[in-house]
Amino acid sequence: MSRFDTAFSTDRPALVCFLTAGDGDTASNLDALVAGGADVIELGMPFTDPMADGPAIQAANLRSLGKGTTTRDVLLIAREFRARHPEVPLVLMGYANPMVRRGPEWFAAEAAGAGVDGVICVDIPPEEDPELGPALRDNGVALIRLATPTSDAARLPAVLEGSGGFLYYVSVAGITGKQQAALGSIQQAVDRLKAATDLPVAVGFGVRTPEQAATIARVADGVVVGSALVELVGQHGDAAPRHLQDLTRQLAEAVHTSRKVAA
Amino acid sequence: MNQQPNSYRTGPDERGHFGQFGGRYVAETLMPLILELEREYRRAKNDPAFQAQFDDLLEHYVGRPSPLYYAERLTDALRENADDGMGAQIWFKRDELNHTGAHKINNCVGQILLAMRMGKTRIIAETGAGQHGVATATVCARFGLPCVIYMGATDVARQQPNVFRMKLLGAEVIPVTSGAATLKDAMNEGLRDWVANVHDTFYIIGTAAGPHPYPELVRDFQSVIGKEARAQMLDRIDRLPDLLVAAIGGGSNAIGLFHPFLDDPDVKMLGVEAAGHGLDKQHAASLAGGSPGILHGNKTYLLQDEDGQIAEAHSISAGLDYPGIGPEHAWLKEIGRVEYTSATDEDALKAFQLLCQTEGIIPALEPSHAIAAIVERAREMPRDSIILANLCGRGDKDIFTVAEALGVQL
Ligand SMILES: Cc1ncc(COP(=O)(O)O)c(C=O)c1O
Repeated sequence: MSRFDTAFSTDRPALVCFLTAGDGDTASNLDALVAGGADVIELGMPFTDPMADGPAIQAANLRSLGKGTTTRDVLLIAREFRARHPEVPLVLMGYANPMVRRGPEWFAAEAAGAGVDGVICVDIPPEEDPELGPALRDNGVALIRLATPTSDAARLPAVLEGSGGFLYYVSVAGITGKQQAALGSIQQAVDRLKAATDLPVAVGFGVRTPEQAATIARVADGVVVGSALVELVGQHGDAAPRHLQDLTRQLAEAVHTSRKVAA
Repeated sequence: MNQQPNSYRTGPDERGHFGQFGGRYVAETLMPLILELEREYRRAKNDPAFQAQFDDLLEHYVGRPSPLYYAERLTDALRENADDGMGAQIWFKRDELNHTGAHKINNCVGQILLAMRMGKTRIIAETGAGQHGVATATVCARFGLPCVIYMGATDVARQQPNVFRMKLLGAEVIPVTSGAATLKDAMNEGLRDWVANVHDTFYIIGTAAGPHPYPELVRDFQSVIGKEARAQMLDRIDRLPDLLVAAIGGGSNAIGLFHPFLDDPDVKMLGVEAAGHGLDKQHAASLAGGSPGILHGNKTYLLQDEDGQIAEAHSISAGLDYPGIGPEHAWLKEIGRVEYTSATDEDALKAFQLLCQTEGIIPALEPSHAIAAIVERAREMPRDSIILANLCGRGDKDIFTVAEALGVQL
């Protein structure tokens, strides 16, 4: 069983938490997420031009790069996380250029060596899969694809082809940290996706509060929270772990018990 | 389409690639729209009514064809420093005489017609110098569509006259403060707007870059420059030029001039990037100082560090101040069909003044880089040879920048 299989067990929705690597004391921050009950960790690779991100994650990228975070630093953060948390699935999320800079083979091998389970690349759609997909799959790292409100039935097979780990449903056409989609449309989309794949479906973009997370967890296999956590790192700096653990605990409780509440 | 072997003009392939460059590196949200744009562009390309409307607007609204001009006094001035029998004739394609003062309008006319064909009701664009922003605001006013222009806050400050022009034309100008607050950041913000508004919004990209099919369609719209110039040359002197020269920001005026000549084996081509403070300092010459990478929807040469973080470009010319270049140029460099060089801020400033004084033409700082390269090349070429350069913009917008650089208080 892969770490993803365990995290997305059928009877309990998973909480997926995102932080930008190199922003604040990342090791302590990640530990706080796990202590709070996060089931999957997404570690953002900082990039100078985060085109799909809203102000909160843009600022985190700049803070991290401002401190001189390198790709090797990100991989080291991943490797050390894996050593401390052997069971928690770890996903690297970011943009194509830093991932392919030294060649996709280099990146895929380094990620695998660091104990990374999956990679989400915002700007490599299925049409450009040869740029990164084969290298990841050869190294046993899942390529986690994004599906969006604009991915129609005709595109879905291409999106699913070669994807692994889980399917990330971006619930709004837009950037991170902004609007929230209506539950009805999310449920419809998740049902459509689940009819087309056996992969678990996690829903993200615009999820900030335990209430929102619980609502989505009723209809999805996982809920992704990013900007709300990243903002805590921005606000609290070195004191962030305590705040992160608090919010994560509330989110995890909401997500994990959502179906009981609904029933 | 007939697939000519040994042609440089058949790209991109069906996946939008020019060799290893180009492609569609965009978020999934944009992918369906990009594919729809491609389908619609294919239909428009084969629709005589679309072509007729485009041609009509270029003739009566933009003022095409632009003149082809023999710059006699510049030619003579450059011959003064040349050996006997040397010193090429300098000719200019006068795209600075277009409505709005640059070549950018050619592309905007084409793209807004496409936008309306697709039923889009809102236009967004990024701009650096403000020339593309002004051209976009212009066509939006002409067709009555709301227009949002993203412009780096740094550029807003250094291009005030163009900001005011855009506002007069009814556009909303949004200063972008993220990153270094220049063109690259404006493009990021444009893409962010687009993913959130795909249902009704058309993004008019200002150069021959971005995800496929933009590099192709911008090139096609700008190719009017080269098609006219080729016909005008044959008409006037019954021969083709020996060397084409154009400045390169993203590469749209250059590819527009070059493309119709690519299969003329005796026509050499020179693209001129901005060397800013110098290639060993801060500059905007992605081919000379960059390496292949992925940004803003395409794979191309980028100024970047060893981790793939994008570097800040610098050029005195806001229109060249971008750390990337269109993918077709990356390919043309790699296969060796086009030669690329660069000119510094200082070279461009000298060339700017030279053209003012010898020809009574105030060029934009962008084509001043092309003129700087000509100063070098003309004297190495015999007198009966011909250099044709794209005078792609006029310098009204730049007089404040130039005054400051020359230490003049206005
Ligand atoms: C007059 C002029 N020339 C050239 C450029 C550079 O763009 P491109 O390389 O796409 O022609 C600009 C951009 O703003 C411009 O205003």
